[in-house]
Amino acid sequence: MSDLTPHDSHANAPERLGYSPVADVPHALRMADTDPKAARRAERQVAAMFMLSMLLTIAFVVGYMTIDKTSIIYIPVFGDVGTSTFVLGLTLGAAIFLIGAGAIQWAKKLMPDVEVVQDRHDLASPASADQEALANYDRGKAESGFARFKLIRRTLIGALALFPIALLIPLRDLWTAPAGSPSPADLLSVTLWHEGLRIVTDPNLMPIKPEDLPIGGLVSGIPEDLEEVQELEGNMNARTKAAIILVRMDPSDIRAQQGDGWDYQGILAFSKICTHVGCPIALYEQRTHHLLCPCHQSTFDLADAGNVVFGPAARRMPQLPIGVDEEGFLVARSDFAEPVGPSFWERG
Amino acid sequence: MSEPSTIEKAGGGVATYVDQRVGSNKFLARNLGKVFPDHWSFMLGEIALYSFIVVLITGTFLTFFYKPSMIEVVYDGSYVPLKGILMSEAYASSLDISFDIRGGLLIRQMHHWAALIFIAAMAVHMFRVFFTGAFRKPREFNWLIGVVLVTLGLIAGFSGYSLPDDLLSGTGLQITRGIAQAIPVIGTWATFLLFDGQFPGSDFISRLYSVHILLVPGLILALVTVHLMLVWTQKHTQFPGPGRTNENVVGYPLMPVYMAKAGGFFFIVFGIIALIGGMVTINPIWIFGPFMPDQVSAGSQPDWYMGFLDGALRMMPNWETNLFDWWTISWNILIPAVIVPGILFTGLALYPFIEAWVTGDKKEHHLLDRPRNNPTRTGFGVMAITFYGLLWIGGGNDIIATSFDLTINSITWFLRIAIFVIPPIMFVVTRRICLGLQRRDRDKLLHGYESGRILRLPHGEFIEVHEPISIKDKAVIMSKTDITPLPAPERRDSAGVRNKRYHLQNVQHKLSGFFYAENIAKPSAAEIEAAEHHVAHEVALEAPLHAYEDADQINTFHGGVLHHPGMPQTNAEQLAERAQH
Repeated sequence: MSDLTPHDSHANAPERLGYSPVADVPHALRMADTDPKAARRAERQVAAMFMLSMLLTIAFVVGYMTIDKTSIIYIPVFGDVGTSTFVLGLTLGAAIFLIGAGAIQWAKKLMPDVEVVQDRHDLASPASADQEALANYDRGKAESGFARFKLIRRTLIGALALFPIALLIPLRDLWTAPAGSPSPADLLSVTLWHEGLRIVTDPNLMPIKPEDLPIGGLVSGIPEDLEEVQELEGNMNARTKAAIILVRMDPSDIRAQQGDGWDYQGILAFSKICTHVGCPIALYEQRTHHLLCPCHQSTFDLADAGNVVFGPAARRMPQLPIGVDEEGFLVARSDFAEPVGPSFWERG
Repeated sequence: MSEPSTIEKAGGGVATYVDQRVGSNKFLARNLGKVFPDHWSFMLGEIALYSFIVVLITGTFLTFFYKPSMIEVVYDGSYVPLKGILMSEAYASSLDISFDIRGGLLIRQMHHWAALIFIAAMAVHMFRVFFTGAFRKPREFNWLIGVVLVTLGLIAGFSGYSLPDDLLSGTGLQITRGIAQAIPVIGTWATFLLFDGQFPGSDFISRLYSVHILLVPGLILALVTVHLMLVWTQKHTQFPGPGRTNENVVGYPLMPVYMAKAGGFFFIVFGIIALIGGMVTINPIWIFGPFMPDQVSAGSQPDWYMGFLDGALRMMPNWETNLFDWWTISWNILIPAVIVPGILFTGLALYPFIEAWVTGDKKEHHLLDRPRNNPTRTGFGVMAITFYGLLWIGGGNDIIATSFDLTINSITWFLRIAIFVIPPIMFVVTRRICLGLQRRDRDKLLHGYESGRILRLPHGEFIEVHEPISIKDKAVIMSKTDITPLPAPERRDSAGVRNKRYHLQNVQHKLSGFFYAENIAKPSAAEIEAAEHHVAHEVALEAPLHAYEDADQINTFHGGVLHHPGMPQTNAEQLAERAQH
């Protein structure tokens, strides 16, 4: 402790053994330094905080045991809140906070507030240590024969370089291709849609007649067999690609389509998955026929073949050719002609 | 010396017992009195550390109740609106934590708030370290560790935020999938490996879970340990002040002051997080409903620290390249989501080395820079923060559009241009402000403070009284180190040998000039002495007035006119006179 010296040196700074002044900065004494009553008061304050903390912890336990987890309470400013969460948070928070507040009050009022000085020491090792380290290294190198045994050295480096491969290779089975081992790109390029597959509404699963859909209307659609497929596959992969929206507009408003006559009496079907990074899209402005992605605001003009009119998406929204079956319900006439969803490397 | 109490004897016994087995007393002897400097900004890193500890404690609690599984179950908990709905076990168990486990919502919200505070505190701590030059030799390693910690913090936050498998977090994952898929060559395969096939698959939540609760926190914990050990061995930097030099540390000893203050501050941070967690709702997953890949809510917003990425994605024009109709490069995703953050974080990591190279500075620095004393660095910092801030604004462009009745298109176009224009403007403005402040400092040293008091001297001359600046201010201003730009390199040395490193050295010389050429030099010792002499003279002229003022302040003075013996001298005397009448 001999290198501790007080930094603030004023005549009335509390005297501490072994300290000497370093700079002439006035140091104001605190109440607790001069007045024993103030010191007593500070002591009582600190103890009171610790005491209150204990009581609040007990209150937490009582609250935990007695408050019904579904009860709701009105607190001004906060509104209706869950009683349990509110009371537990309040008691726990205050109990912990008071420990901290007490400790800091203790430090500020009763512990020395005179700054002291300590010297820094060189971080770098002294030259003697450098030499010793080097000598040890050289000796070790010579004794191991690392430089001499070329064969050992090279095979060791080879072995060390190769073995991590054995740790990484098994990551390959993070994904196993399904039967017929299609590539990821193949899988991303097909959806459930095929000729004659009925379009049903999502989430009510009702088949759709063209006359059900008014001009300007928008309906979310999925393949009729989607639920079965989901059940079978145990995931929502098929839904991610097959979800579509149906919009109906005045046929004279349609300026272009991705294929001749892919609409049915002004009803157009587009993928619901944004071609930018794959958010589902459902914000449709019927006056302009624009479809807006809520995530990054790519905007597609559905009256103009689903082309991009604004935003970061580079590709148009894929269109699904539709028609009606013999019962008059809307069906797909084929799968999408291009992959749906975000771009990928092999897409071309 | 009083007799040691029973407790002290027992403590001594324990210390001896432990010391004989691990040699701990050597450490205690050296470190119990270790001095740490005091400054409010040094608490920012503490906040980060303490909130991380809270994250660990609350996170451990959550793991006991959360089920990282995407198996579909029918919800049957206390939250009525979702009763009977099909959802993943992950989401159902998150709802259980929120509604059926007492204190569960409190802990979940504390976990989320603590995570937000953790990342925010790291960011602000990093600003402090950057703007004060605390990253300079010998602390470059710790800066690097810090940059890695911030990155890991973002990953930890994002991975945790995605676990409840609600509609909002699922949308975040969907975007992540889109970004991963855009990586050239390996993107598609990497995405399939990550998600066990196509999105969303049925394994991703459990995979993310092990990343979130083991891999990332393990790395953070290890790096935080190294970070603190380095702070310990290198000793903390300190702000300039009287008696503070590059060779000492001025502050309070670890025991007792810092144990009480830092230890107490842990409880303060912990307590505040518990209070916020109990009172302020965060991430109300029950409102969003279970994840469905074909549903989204308008106004979807990520946690604050991911906003800049979202903004970058929104701002980017829709560029895409097709190579030979075979391959796709999605610049519209790669640039904002991979390249820009990559440059930002790499630049951040390398900055200490770049600055050291440009300035040719190889000295150790333990005394902190004032931001104004390194205008170019401060300018860069403000420029980077502005750049980040604009991206962040982009992330909220829909909210801004609806709040201020603007079109999204015009905000996006504004930002597309602003991102290139405003940061450089901020750089120049900040630099000028810093140089202006340097001039002000120089003036203070040379002329003292302008007191604003005009003094009429007996022979009629009016002067403004300048007061000497305080010892503290003087020490702070004098702490500035003037750095001269590196000289232009020679093409050939005196012996006529060609300088092979001429071009590199020339770049270094130019950059160094850019950094320091406009620096306002500190006045010389002689100038300061002369100035102090002058100020002392003015103060002496005014001294009789001060004697007059000292007794009591009423401020009904006689307009700065010097008084002579015999006239009432002080307010106290005036009052005494009045009392007599």
